[in-house]
Amino acid sequence: MSAVRPVADPLAFKDNARIVVADPVLRRSFRGAMDFLTDKRAAQFPDVAGFNRLRALGESIRQYALANLPQLLGQLEERLAERGVHVHWAENAEDANRLFLEIAQRHDAKLMVKGKSMVSEEIELNHRMAEHGIDCVETDMGEYILQLDHDRPSHIIMPAIHKTKEDVARIFAEHIPGAGYTEDVNELIAIGRRALRDKFATAKIGVSGVNFLVAETGSIVLVENEGNGRLSTTVPDVHIAITGIEKVIAKLEHVAPLFTLLTRSATGQAVTTYLNVISGPRREGEKDGPREQHLILLDNGRTQAYREERFRATLQCIRCGACMNHCPVYARVGGLSYGTTYPGPIGAIISPHLMNLESTRDLPTASSLCGACGEVCPVGIPIPDLLMRLREAARHDEPVAQQRKALKGQGGARRMLEVAAWKGWRLVYANSRIYRLVTWLATRCRRLLPGRQAGWTGTRVALRPAPRSLRERLAQRRPTPIPMDDTSKPAA
Amino acid sequence: MSAQASQRARSAIFARLRDADAPVPHAVPDVQGYYDGLPATPGDDATRFAERARGWQAEVIETTPEGWPAALAALVSERRLRRVLAGRDTAIADTLAAVLPSMDLHWYDESLETFKPTLFNEVDAGITTTLGGIAETGSLILWPDVREPRTLSLVPPLHIAILRASTLQPTLHAAMHAQGWAAAMPTNVLLVTGPSKTADIQRLLVYGAHGPKQLVILLVRDEAMP
Repeated sequence: MSAVRPVADPLAFKDNARIVVADPVLRRSFRGAMDFLTDKRAAQFPDVAGFNRLRALGESIRQYALANLPQLLGQLEERLAERGVHVHWAENAEDANRLFLEIAQRHDAKLMVKGKSMVSEEIELNHRMAEHGIDCVETDMGEYILQLDHDRPSHIIMPAIHKTKEDVARIFAEHIPGAGYTEDVNELIAIGRRALRDKFATAKIGVSGVNFLVAETGSIVLVENEGNGRLSTTVPDVHIAITGIEKVIAKLEHVAPLFTLLTRSATGQAVTTYLNVISGPRREGEKDGPREQHLILLDNGRTQAYREERFRATLQCIRCGACMNHCPVYARVGGLSYGTTYPGPIGAIISPHLMNLESTRDLPTASSLCGACGEVCPVGIPIPDLLMRLREAARHDEPVAQQRKALKGQGGARRMLEVAAWKGWRLVYANSRIYRLVTWLATRCRRLLPGRQAGWTGTRVALRPAPRSLRERLAQRRPTPIPMDDTSKPAA
Repeated sequence: MSAQASQRARSAIFARLRDADAPVPHAVPDVQGYYDGLPATPGDDATRFAERARGWQAEVIETTPEGWPAALAALVSERRLRRVLAGRDTAIADTLAAVLPSMDLHWYDESLETFKPTLFNEVDAGITTTLGGIAETGSLILWPDVREPRTLSLVPPLHIAILRASTLQPTLHAAMHAQGWAAAMPTNVLLVTGPSKTADIQRLLVYGAHGPKQLVILLVRDEAMP
């Protein structure tokens, strides 16, 4: 990987993308990983009709949950409280970090072991805890590699896909005492396992994300392969789970189809090694399990996506990453370019709500609208439509047609020059005399246009009007021009 | 202090949810209907289970209701397992005590806090019962409890599971209903499919990440033969 890294700022998306596109090693990593993941997924869904039936069920489960979100959150909270789980609510990252800090301080904890959690990345938990002298250790192998290298995840399922095994060999040799340099992947994983074993045994607090919350039973469901999620939620005295308010589902039986959709869409596996359903801390007589269990439910902009039907489907997401694996833009610019916690198509539709539309204004445009993301989404999110709605909202200060309230950062992509250009365009196209005058001038003065045209000629040839307009050429070909007001009848 | 802040956040979040556009009413998802409509899978559950579990690098030893204790003893002796851990008072505990050398067999009697050093450093294998298995995916169903703690199947490098073929279910959905999960949820329910694994380095699959490095399933063929 080159010395210049993409920065964690969505406003830098275009510069970031340039860095990645110019780096052949990174491009190979992403291309290879995406091809691998799309092939494996395709093998899991051999017949389209079968996939569509399962997807319709997944979509219906997520829509049903969102349609009943306030009730389900209330029910979940009640069930969890009955089971002895402390439920906390956080409006934003600051709230959530304060909750973590208070729990850590109450237990005098200096070390937290973490299972994979994108929401903890969203609130920058590791950095905030470090400011208070609390060490958060990532235990997912990919996340651990990135933490040692002070890097960021580039994919929500395979966070370190931008690293080669040579990168990992160097990182381990440099940061893990006594590790030595090896490029043997089995040995590298064994080194990681040994290095983290002791952390699991000594940490007072274990942190995890959540894949599904079951309102009916008050259960926290975790899906994983490595076993670090089980260790983080079982061995330490205290378990803190954090997730967004949209993760709740109504019934336990809803887990079955969603689990299948998630693993097949994410990594092309029929099942993961572990499905871990946690329903409360250690009970009387049990010999292990956390003595105290907390769930932090985070809003952080999700209620904005929920507010209007036109954006609500964004929250159906089960975080499988299939949309990024199939996105031609993501495959080229990679996950780091987006500068947000969630990259790719799902990142482009969720980040404007979590952050604001002004700082994320380029992300909804990072799509060719080819539709692949919407086609593979296991819960039927119409991602291309949502991208279009956000593009529209980013270009209008006021709520657009069918939009009730402005989004945070609404109109964030609005530029006076662009507004003036469209006003001019409207003027020209609404008046036939001006239109004819402008096209006549443009065709006659075509040589006066500069060879370099701001952003356009960076990757394209210069715009130059044709020597004759279409109208003029038609007039030359046909003795009688088509009447302007009656184009439906064929010319005699 | 924190409880107050959390309550304030809760009120604000619920107020925003209630202020949102009224949701389009949505029919209850027909999960049962979906599974009923799936094409029937050929072959018996036990054969399918064994094939799928092996696909995930689990070692499946097919045995009989009479033969499994000897198969287990042979496994322990072949692998030279010096310290094997199991839960006391389970349905298999007496058999374990009868067939395994007493110096090799240990019971999970202490609570994790004091047992940690032994569990993490000295135990070669954990033996557990299972509540059943899922034929579709080759998964074990574990309900850890006071006798068989969660870490018994998690921390030792080798997990040995005793599975009766008569307890197999075709799918996870069928298992949830047949075993009445929702009505009697324990603190922890697990599906375990193969040993722990990761593909986080350059997508290269490695078994033995943080959980057990190996999984051996003694599949007891006790189902009624057709």
